[in-house]
Amino acid sequence: MKEIQVDSVGARKYKRKSLLAFLVFFAMIAIGWAGWKWLLRQPLDNGIRGGIQQPLRKVLDINEEVYSGLYSTKHLIKEYPRTAAAKKARVNGYVGLAADTFDPSTWKLQVVKASGDTLFIPMDDIKKLPKIDVVFNFKCIEGWSQITWWSGVRFSELIKHYGLEKEANMKFVGMNTPDEEYYVGIDMPSVLQPQTILCYELNGQPLPMNQGYPLRLIIPVKYGVKHLKRIGTISFSNTRPPDYWAERGYDYYTGL
Amino acid sequence: MAVRIVYKHKIATRWMHWVNFPVLTIMIWSGMLIYWANDIYQVKIGNTVVVRFFPEWFYKWLNIPYRLSEGMAFHFVFMWLFIINGLLYVTYTAVSGEWRYLLPNRHSFKESWQVVLHDLGIRKLAPAQLKYNAAQRVAYTMIIVMGFGSVITGLAIYKPVQIQWLTNLCGGYEAARLEHFILTVGYVLFFLIHILQVIKAGWNNFRAMVAGFEVIKEKPPVQNK
Repeated sequence: MKEIQVDSVGARKYKRKSLLAFLVFFAMIAIGWAGWKWLLRQPLDNGIRGGIQQPLRKVLDINEEVYSGLYSTKHLIKEYPRTAAAKKARVNGYVGLAADTFDPSTWKLQVVKASGDTLFIPMDDIKKLPKIDVVFNFKCIEGWSQITWWSGVRFSELIKHYGLEKEANMKFVGMNTPDEEYYVGIDMPSVLQPQTILCYELNGQPLPMNQGYPLRLIIPVKYGVKHLKRIGTISFSNTRPPDYWAERGYDYYTGL
Repeated sequence: MAVRIVYKHKIATRWMHWVNFPVLTIMIWSGMLIYWANDIYQVKIGNTVVVRFFPEWFYKWLNIPYRLSEGMAFHFVFMWLFIINGLLYVTYTAVSGEWRYLLPNRHSFKESWQVVLHDLGIRKLAPAQLKYNAAQRVAYTMIIVMGFGSVITGLAIYKPVQIQWLTNLCGGYEAARLEHFILTVGYVLFFLIHILQVIKAGWNNFRAMVAGFEVIKEKPPVQNK
């Protein structure tokens, strides 16, 4: 450590120096505090993504750029043997699953094509496509996770089978429940990941109602909030489709 | 009367120290908003819960419940400041040579015990020291290692598929979450001891972290009659 000797005149100089340093110190505290208050006061964004201060959302969008750069459809989530799966999968979230407005007997998957035409696909046709299992650690945005066993058809298989290549070149997929109460928007690369499935079985049995009977999305590269239960309509777009939780302050991308 | 001016902390060190304080506070606060949504950790002896993270009064006191989305937003914005400030500090310490005062040497671990005994009033003499005593060397180096740990375990929870090797390195997703939490408890404990020591060390020491120097008045020379 550097050290100097000063006389009483010099000592006064250092007193002034010290005072100045503390003035700067308190000024910085004041500026920091004002900056924090400014951030909290900023208007909340509303629209497709809402509920948090606009500057925060801007940074979350930058994060999305950074992490989607990291993303590869080749990065597969670890899979487990079926025996590792929980016997009872946790149920979380009931939005869009009201029983009184839903008639399973008339249900068909609706796929809105780029041309505006809608495909109506019955469950039997979906079950004819190759079926795969995905046994993985399902992660909820709340912080819990559970190994669960799901089966269904690869989303990319649906694209291939129904000739939706043009749609698959668009940036986003939107999904709604039949009553349109719950909806998600997901970036295309995540939807085309080979472990993303349109799922109709849990633990080898048809999906229970509270898990989204007859068909739900399982997308292991996202938190549970994106795994929409009871799919009504699937659509494609180059702009962000509405997303239930992104409107309520959550990150839109939520990629794992 | 002669006065000695002892330059202790470089301006870069002081800035990074004081930037880190509010940033880490925001990280811990927003982390608690996130943790609340799945608050499963507790310390148990046998079947008795000794500490529950966290009791209801604590959540109420800090207005934590039902703010998960807000917590995530703040956490993933201020993480950048935490990481950048931390990297600047490590780079600066390495390049400026300040690491010589900071890194523990082969005596530090034994001596830091003596420092602890001295600080508790059990041992009369403290071991000789330069800028930092042995316990400080150990503590200030440890806290940097912990900072790295928080970034690594944090990334492991944040991107467990894209950076899967990191999650595996931490022992899995749930293990990484627990480690991230324990490190945070570590910061809080560090902070409490740090504050006590700063109060105990007194004004001159505190001034050095703001103004950079200590002012030491020489004792008047002993007069021989």
